[in-house]
Amino acid sequence: MAAPADPAISARALRFAWPDGAPVIDMPELTVARGERVFLQGPSGSGKSTLLGLICGVLTPDSGELEVLGADLTQMSAARRDGFRAEKLGVIFQLFNLLPYLSVIENVALPCRFSAKRAARAAETGGSVTDEARRLLQRLGLENELIDRPASDLSVGQQQRVAAARALIGAPELIIADEPTSALDAAARDGFIDLLAEQAAASGATLLFVSHDARLADHFDRSLILPDLNRAGVAA
Amino acid sequence: MNAPVLSLALKSAFNRRLTAILTIIAVALSVSLFVGVEKMREGARAGFERTISGTDLIVGARTGPVNLLLYTVFRIGDPTSSISWDSYQEFADRPEIAWTIPISLGDAHKGYRVLGSDQNYFEHYQYGGGSRLEMAAGDPYSGVYDAVLGAAVARELGYELGEEITLSHGIGEVGFHDHDNRPFKVTGILEPTGTPVDRTVHITLQGMEAIHVGWESGAPSALARAASAEDVASMPLRTDEITAFFVGLESKGAMLSLRREINTYEGEPLLAVVPGLALNQLWSVIGTVERVLGAISVFVVFVGLLTILTSILTTLNERRREMAILRSVGARPWHIFALLVSEAAGLAFIGAALGVVLVHGAMAVLAPLAESRLGLALTGLGPGLFEIYVILAVTAASALLGVIPAWRAFRNSLADGLSIRL
Repeated sequence: MAAPADPAISARALRFAWPDGAPVIDMPELTVARGERVFLQGPSGSGKSTLLGLICGVLTPDSGELEVLGADLTQMSAARRDGFRAEKLGVIFQLFNLLPYLSVIENVALPCRFSAKRAARAAETGGSVTDEARRLLQRLGLENELIDRPASDLSVGQQQRVAAARALIGAPELIIADEPTSALDAAARDGFIDLLAEQAAASGATLLFVSHDARLADHFDRSLILPDLNRAGVAA
Repeated sequence: MNAPVLSLALKSAFNRRLTAILTIIAVALSVSLFVGVEKMREGARAGFERTISGTDLIVGARTGPVNLLLYTVFRIGDPTSSISWDSYQEFADRPEIAWTIPISLGDAHKGYRVLGSDQNYFEHYQYGGGSRLEMAAGDPYSGVYDAVLGAAVARELGYELGEEITLSHGIGEVGFHDHDNRPFKVTGILEPTGTPVDRTVHITLQGMEAIHVGWESGAPSALARAASAEDVASMPLRTDEITAFFVGLESKGAMLSLRREINTYEGEPLLAVVPGLALNQLWSVIGTVERVLGAISVFVVFVGLLTILTSILTTLNERRREMAILRSVGARPWHIFALLVSEAAGLAFIGAALGVVLVHGAMAVLAPLAESRLGLALTGLGPGLFEIYVILAVTAASALLGVIPAWRAFRNSLADGLSIRL
């Protein structure tokens, strides 16, 4: 496949190993176009979390090229990568995405505390950060009366929708979801993925969705199989 | 430190409020102990320095300066020996001397010292930076068998004006011999002073002589038992010996030369001490105890701070997820660092402030009691710069200790990245 002119993610000859072990990532090529909704499938131990850590700029590759949203992460200082992540990336974890001591709204607005640009963009679309958080929560189908409750009162499915709203607030350009549906039942799972994909599209964001579950691939524009891309196939 | 981190630290700590409250209480108690000890020390020191003022020299028989101070001012211990009335007169008439107060000690009433003196005692004796003795009831003594009670004597023994009291020879709760055939009448009661004056029974020098008529050998003779109080009162009561005298000078300039002159007096061995110097000397002895107390309370504060450290360190592992979430939404590692340092500093600040409030609240309630019962002046010890320094120092020390968990969390968050292992 021809590489798009301005990719969201572009990696070449990417290598990473933990200081004490064998290489975890040895990836000749990975390209995700802007606006694309990509499904990245791989069993546990195939280096998914490490790859996401690299893309998020939390880990640094040992060698190779890695550009995310046009920025060369290998050339950036740790502080600038943190700033970059705060401003341009939205992340959803498998479980326990929320800070239990914040309300639902505060959890959604959390990225705006660390990035002025995201706060400004959220206020621009929603009127204020809080209003934008409410709007996103409604779009994701969270009942209004739950919005001011402490995050710890919510069910797992509701928590994941709050996490999705948090990843979306302030229109980050890249949304990364790491097995966000593994704790949901089939019905909730499909609903969640559709909502997430729809909202990512609505804000023009690229979506990189990672899971071991090949059945989810249908919801996306394109699927990638991680063991095919990663030559350092760790014991699968 | 920026606002998002501070408010997060606050909410996070509130989420663990039981631990936070217990930690705050530990710090508050340790700080209140520290400040309390410091205040008691200040109060004791101030009370100590209040015991005598306005007196330039204290003169007695040759002994140690601290000893002379102890029995003349604090009325503790026994006078070693007396000085002659003639020597007293010789110095009392000197032109550079403005006034003198002769005192005679050696008897007691139910454990309270009896002090014989003259009208000069009421006129010139000063304490607490220039306060003079005031009568709460009645008048100073004038007759041979008149007695003026210190405030504590009257209160604790329940004496009122007109009460007849018997003095005992020697010092002690139960005198060896009672002067029971020469009873004294209470003619006056002094206002409380917060000094040993409160615990003294004052009589005239003549009264002192009167009860000792016939005691020249040191024990009662036939005359001492036979002579009635009226007989004795009509005798010429001449004072031959006194225990010591207080001196007030016309000008301070004469003090050193007069002191030298008294200390080298050839008539008999005398000692003149400057009260302030002797007080300092005495305080340096007592001060050791006070310093030990201070050191102990510093350690208690340190233990309080270690409680904060422990409470934060133990929660660190369960908070790894919290840190990873914060990192994923864009928190820098230094935000994580600041989160923990500000939690440590915040808990310490609240605890220390609470401790100061506790101590001053307790002091406000107990001050009247401490002043009347112990003569410990706690007034004028309100919160000031010292308390602010204590709060700041405790907060800073805790923030410094907070660097330990903060550093660990900082390293964890770098190692964990965004992946959270449960």
